[in-house]
Amino acid sequence: MKLVSDSNEVFVRTATFKARRIINGHSVETVGKNNLDFIISHRFDRLNRGFEDFFGLDAATNRLGLEYGINDRFMIGMGRSSFQKAFDYLTKYKLIRQSTGSINTPVSVTLFGGHAIRTQKTVPQLSAFDRSSYTAQILIARKFSEAFSLQISPTLIHRNRADIFTDNRTVLASGIGGRMKLTKRTSINGEYNYVFPNQINDNYKNNLAFSFDLETGGHVFQLLFTNSFGMTERQFITETDGSWGSGDIHFGFNISRTFSFEKKKKVNP
Amino acid sequence: MKQYLILVAFILTFNFASAQNKLYSSNKSDVSFFSKTPLQDIDAKNTRANSIINLSNRELVVRIPVSSFQFKNKLMQEHFNENYLESEKFPYATFKGKIIEVLDLGKPGVYSVNASGILTIHGVDQERKFSGKITVAESTLVLETAFDVMLIDHKIDIPKLVFKKIAEKIAVNASFNYIPFKK
Repeated sequence: MKLVSDSNEVFVRTATFKARRIINGHSVETVGKNNLDFIISHRFDRLNRGFEDFFGLDAATNRLGLEYGINDRFMIGMGRSSFQKAFDYLTKYKLIRQSTGSINTPVSVTLFGGHAIRTQKTVPQLSAFDRSSYTAQILIARKFSEAFSLQISPTLIHRNRADIFTDNRTVLASGIGGRMKLTKRTSINGEYNYVFPNQINDNYKNNLAFSFDLETGGHVFQLLFTNSFGMTERQFITETDGSWGSGDIHFGFNISRTFSFEKKKKVNP
Repeated sequence: MKQYLILVAFILTFNFASAQNKLYSSNKSDVSFFSKTPLQDIDAKNTRANSIINLSNRELVVRIPVSSFQFKNKLMQEHFNENYLESEKFPYATFKGKIIEVLDLGKPGVYSVNASGILTIHGVDQERKFSGKITVAESTLVLETAFDVMLIDHKIDIPKLVFKKIAEKIAVNASFNYIPFKK
């Protein structure tokens, strides 16, 4: 008897995170089918620049990104950062969705793959191959309750040529990030990207960031503090040189606006 | 959870209290709603609803899994579940009621009917009366109804920022196809 038992219903837990980014790093969320996400991100200069540079607000980098959902599980995207004039291309696939009911799945798992290339002119000029880097991530998240979600993101970054030649070209790292909802439409997020030891120069620091997320209709605003300038995985995971302890903190924001391209069907009111 | 238990109890009473051949359960359903404002049209469709109708005492139950409403705009769907209906807290919308008219629904024909009972959406009960149409054929039964739901009646808040995009009154259309219930 189908109505009596709940056995035929599967409740997929949606909205583990509000946006496609926890802060800098990707979250398990993908863009819905035929939806286009336009993401404008800014990182200002360090707070410890002091009053003369108005606590870093005089200088900024930005990233403009477009992300599109092929279906409800698979999305593609591209972006352009002013920092190092980097272009990045990415795909994400939602492999497993957390659910309760007849199918009980404890976590959501999303696979991420990305390629980034710097296009800033250097002397000597490097080949496109040498300026390229690749990122692969397995994003594993669980929405523990309505308010609390946690994600770990094992990460592999390969740079065809590292800036410091003693650095490993392939770097293993792991991100951990979470969000705590304050109200239905706001949350506090935190994210830390740990690079396993003896891979990169000691002057590089691990990326740490905190943000306040505000959702209004089709927009998600993320107001954040982080210790890295760049917004692609190579930049913020393996090349962060700011230290929270010395006040090398960047204020920034991500604004994401979603557009739907689903065809309008005629409905009789 | 409480509502679910009540529903199970309700259906169990059906099972023991009435003859099996008088019990019809839905094998196909279509519930859709529509909200129209100058700024934005919202429509969503759900084919996962279940219903049972008892011809001997004309009692009727409907249960709709809220998170199964499909929107064209997936962001809207997320907001619907997260912010408005809070479908993790209140997974089902239900109606438990009784057809008022004393009719013999065993005979084929088209009947217009009224049903009164409790409509539960967003965890808020409302005493409601609906009118609809029942088409009785050889061994199937089709129920069609249309009604409005006031968001304020079910404590569904709309923030001032998006107030003009969402109508205060939502039009709901529902149709159920019933066949004799078999265990």
